[in-house]
Amino acid sequence: MTPDILISLRGVTKVFGEGDASFLALRGVDLDIRRGDFAAVMGPSGSGKSTMMNILGCLDTPTTGTFSFEGFSVERLSRDDRALLRRRYLGFVFQGFNLLARTSALENVELPLLYRGETPTARRKLALQALEQVGLAKWWDHTPSELSGGQQQRVAIARAIVSQPKVLLADEPTGNLDTTNSLEIMQLLMQLNHTGITVLMVTHELEMAAFANTIIRFRDGLVAATESKGFAST
Amino acid sequence: MSALLPTVVLAFREIRRHLLRSFLTVLGIVIGVAAVVTMVTLGHGATAAVKEQISGLGANILQIRPGQGFGRGGGGPPPPDFELADADAIRIQISGLLAVIPSVQTSTTVVHNAANWSTSVNGTTSDYFPAYTWKITSGRNFVAADEQAGRAVCIIGTTIQKKLFESDNPIGQQIRMKDVPCIVIGVLESRGQGGFGNDQDDVVFMPLKAVQRRLIGDRKVRFIVAKVDETYDTQAVQAAMKKLLRERRNIVSGKVDDFMIFDTAQISQALQGTTQIMTALLGAVAAVSLLVGGIGIMNIMLVSVTERTREIGIRLAIGAVAREVLMQFLVEAVALSCLGGLIGLLLALVATITLSPLLQVPFIFDLPINFLAFGFSALIGVVFGYFPARRAASLNPIEALRHE
Repeated sequence: MTPDILISLRGVTKVFGEGDASFLALRGVDLDIRRGDFAAVMGPSGSGKSTMMNILGCLDTPTTGTFSFEGFSVERLSRDDRALLRRRYLGFVFQGFNLLARTSALENVELPLLYRGETPTARRKLALQALEQVGLAKWWDHTPSELSGGQQQRVAIARAIVSQPKVLLADEPTGNLDTTNSLEIMQLLMQLNHTGITVLMVTHELEMAAFANTIIRFRDGLVAATESKGFAST
Repeated sequence: MSALLPTVVLAFREIRRHLLRSFLTVLGIVIGVAAVVTMVTLGHGATAAVKEQISGLGANILQIRPGQGFGRGGGGPPPPDFELADADAIRIQISGLLAVIPSVQTSTTVVHNAANWSTSVNGTTSDYFPAYTWKITSGRNFVAADEQAGRAVCIIGTTIQKKLFESDNPIGQQIRMKDVPCIVIGVLESRGQGGFGNDQDDVVFMPLKAVQRRLIGDRKVRFIVAKVDETYDTQAVQAAMKKLLRERRNIVSGKVDDFMIFDTAQISQALQGTTQIMTALLGAVAAVSLLVGGIGIMNIMLVSVTERTREIGIRLAIGAVAREVLMQFLVEAVALSCLGGLIGLLLALVATITLSPLLQVPFIFDLPINFLAFGFSALIGVVFGYFPARRAASLNPIEALRHE
């Protein structure tokens, strides 16, 4: 079985700052993510995992090295082209939920569709479907301040998946939640992974990483180890 | 551009979300637009009023009166009145005149049965009414026989008709002035209120001789009205008239005139010029407040960009391109300023409708200035909204997301 590689990093480095004050956050990362994988990225703070997630999320570009997505080289795309790539193929879930305040759950979920130019009726339908998927259809008209942390994160997940992305990037999605809510969120991510979405998740907690198929460990700007359940990987 | 409509919807949603702040933000624009439109509308009303007042004095009319200026003259005897011969001389020797009307004026009480009314009585000729394009709605004008004999006949304004006759037909009826009985032969078309607040219909006209002999008791002509042919140069006619009158009144060269020639067109132009300058000045002052309003919008939009940094980060992460974020904030600023402009126009409408009767200025809805002020407020939104919007669009999504 040839692994179906969706994302591939080769020799990726990232330098912040210039001259004496410069700091090498990534020191030549090689990484492959299979299509349909559920990967957990772990590592101490400052190990470069967030920098790598930003590059994978097309929010940032590598200083050197190559990044191919679906076989396309994307490391030199312009700012706006990367935005279009995010719009079409990526979904984001953040530790702090990052929902728009004083805006209903439905409107929050509709947001990515707005930028895709969907009609109002299509936006509403798809957003309600996504809310249904995360079990919050009944709460569509509630604003974030009227929802619990777990519910807010589920709205954020609905927003991430409403545009049917290929990859879901989750940056410590359970960092602000208690154990019960954390486990529910992980269940949800697993379900979404089973529908075919590739999930990349940064976490500190082994308990949450245990839900993933692959665990990628970072140390000092390099991939230190990759562990996979079930099938072997590099 | 298909994304523009949702952007507009989004902008209005944002404005509604911060209703009080949005209102305070646009207050400057509201006041600015309202001030500009109110000032200019009232100014144009005033100009139109002046124009109408002057046109009430008649077009291409010269009035010749004895004396210089208003109340000037110091000591010495008062300047002599004109003679009928002066009017005849002007008629014969000055070319370019359609009519020369020697006139007198006095005030008296007119009586009909039990009703009486104090009014002014003008002695004039039949040329007076065509010269002022004033129609006689019922009855007739003076004829040569009336004028030559100084018959006691009169043509009355509608105010006199109402006061003395109510709804009766006044033609052929007799009225008395002092002890002079007089037959009403005509009623004039109503002219309404004159430019200086006077009632133009509160007037009685009689043949010149009748007023001179029966009411005043001398043969002086108090003033002469001349209607100038519009194909002639009024200035030249005026100069010739001045030369003639100086000769007839024996004014040696070097001495000032003891009479004045008023040109209604000149007065009209001067007065209109003044009100137009006032309008422009007031409008300019008001426009400055509009500019200040624009700076207010920029200020709040900059605060808003800082406050919503994280929101911008979310939008960028979700896949908004820089142009879309720019448009969002720009459209918001323009929507705000347009909204302010619209409220300002409404306010101006209310203000002008309320103020124009108080200032005795006609209310004339001025469409161009409304459009102009609204367009200017929209432009202010674009200009002062662009800088904050560009700042928003150029944010780094990673840093924006981390922003607390």
